[in-house]
Amino acid sequence: MTASRRSWLRGLSAAAAAAFVSACDRIAGDPGVRAGLRSAERLNLGLHRALFDRRTLAREYPEVAISANFPANGSTNPSDLDYRALAEGGFAAYRLVVDGLVDRPLSLDIAALRALPARSQVTRHDCVEGWSAIARWSGARLAPLLAQAGLKPEARYLVFHCFDTLDPEAGEQGRYYESIDLVDALHPQTLLAYEMNGAPLGIAHGAPIRLRVERQLGYKHAKYVRRIEVVADFSHISGGRGGFWEDRGYEWYAGI
Amino acid sequence: MRLAHVLIAAAVLLLLPSGLQIFNAHPTLYTGETSARERAWLQIGSRERGDSLTGYLRLGGREIETTGLLGWSGPAGEREKRAFPAWATLPGYQSLATGRNWHLAAAWLLGLGLGVYLAVGLASGRLAAVLVPTRRMLRPRAVLADLVGHLTLRFPPAEQGYNLLQRLAYLSVVAVALPLMIVSGLAMSPAVHAAAPWTGDLFGGRQSARSAHFLGALALALFFFVHMAMLVLHQPLRRLRLMTFGPGKDRS
Repeated sequence: MTASRRSWLRGLSAAAAAAFVSACDRIAGDPGVRAGLRSAERLNLGLHRALFDRRTLAREYPEVAISANFPANGSTNPSDLDYRALAEGGFAAYRLVVDGLVDRPLSLDIAALRALPARSQVTRHDCVEGWSAIARWSGARLAPLLAQAGLKPEARYLVFHCFDTLDPEAGEQGRYYESIDLVDALHPQTLLAYEMNGAPLGIAHGAPIRLRVERQLGYKHAKYVRRIEVVADFSHISGGRGGFWEDRGYEWYAGI
Repeated sequence: MRLAHVLIAAAVLLLLPSGLQIFNAHPTLYTGETSARERAWLQIGSRERGDSLTGYLRLGGREIETTGLLGWSGPAGEREKRAFPAWATLPGYQSLATGRNWHLAAAWLLGLGLGVYLAVGLASGRLAAVLVPTRRMLRPRAVLADLVGHLTLRFPPAEQGYNLLQRLAYLSVVAVALPLMIVSGLAMSPAVHAAAPWTGDLFGGRQSARSAHFLGALALALFFFVHMAMLVLHQPLRRLRLMTFGPGKDRS
């Protein structure tokens, strides 16, 4: 075979391979196909809720298991002006707002949050990327706080609105937010954490308050929480899929 | 069982490349519960050497340059900083979200296929008859003959049923490797781990389970290529027909 014919053949086979790969990618990434695939998510949620005790605790570890290095993902130092102002004041002016479908909307400063029934737990954090790290988290249990606010009968989800803009190009939809249902909201290990490993939560890990929702992957554990909105449905909020990463194709149910 | 085999094959063909896509999001493997740097035993990455990038695979203390294949991968001119190259992942471009969508859906296909395969195979006795080696096959002389036959690529005809090495390979895939892939996959789920911590303990922690899941995938990929090579080497069309339609009436 001549060299020119060989290179021509090589070019042709490379083009055929590229066409095949791009056709595969078009199918693999098609929004309709992906929505179909995500029906597996409903199966997973249904199966987990049917098989597992809803109050099952995530494993708690001894103090020695705490990781020396705990990576910080997503925003690690929000540049949003309202957040910068609060951080410079040592979060003295911070107020957590709890509103939406509640009988008594709340506005709580750090001292009020620290006065709520608390819990401390050494648990493993599993990032969707694949890494894991263990830390001690201390914070206000969410269930008593919700009892104080009083959930209305239509309440189904909690939406956590955060200070940080993780995707500046997406405008208002670039702000981080997350949502959980009442099964996870009322779970005994679900906390509004204000301490990590015995010290006030650092900015990289979500100061002054981050959600701990053990039994779910890291992106559910919203950092820099400023408002908890109780809703019946979250389809009207931001991208409509219940979270910053959910709007970008990740599963809403992050238990797997 | 033939339908279940097709389901399993389809699932594995989707799970392998989508799994590599997920691996690429954090291309390091560890032992133990957490991803402590000092317990990393495999890492794929890239680093600058002079004014060019090189890809590397680090295994324990040893490092192998893998430019083009791993770490700094893809054909020259289109190289990307990613562990496994575009041709090996689903989707080809980098997207952990899409990879997870495919992987978690295909996992149900595998669960379904393997469940049917094992249930029907055990209930009908076919699994014991077809895949468990017979006493006669395990005699030293028969074992030797089977080994020599394979090494010289002279295989017994398909109609005589599976030979010893086939039985051992297939049995370890359906009864050991695939179930372990499912359990190690489940062990990585925080919700499953909360309800059934033994899934993680079985492997010695979540990161060990992730390592086992990767090694298992490697073994299955190897099995798949040998399986395909054997098919091509030995009466491919006849085997394909037997696989899809069963022995039935032999028209050849």
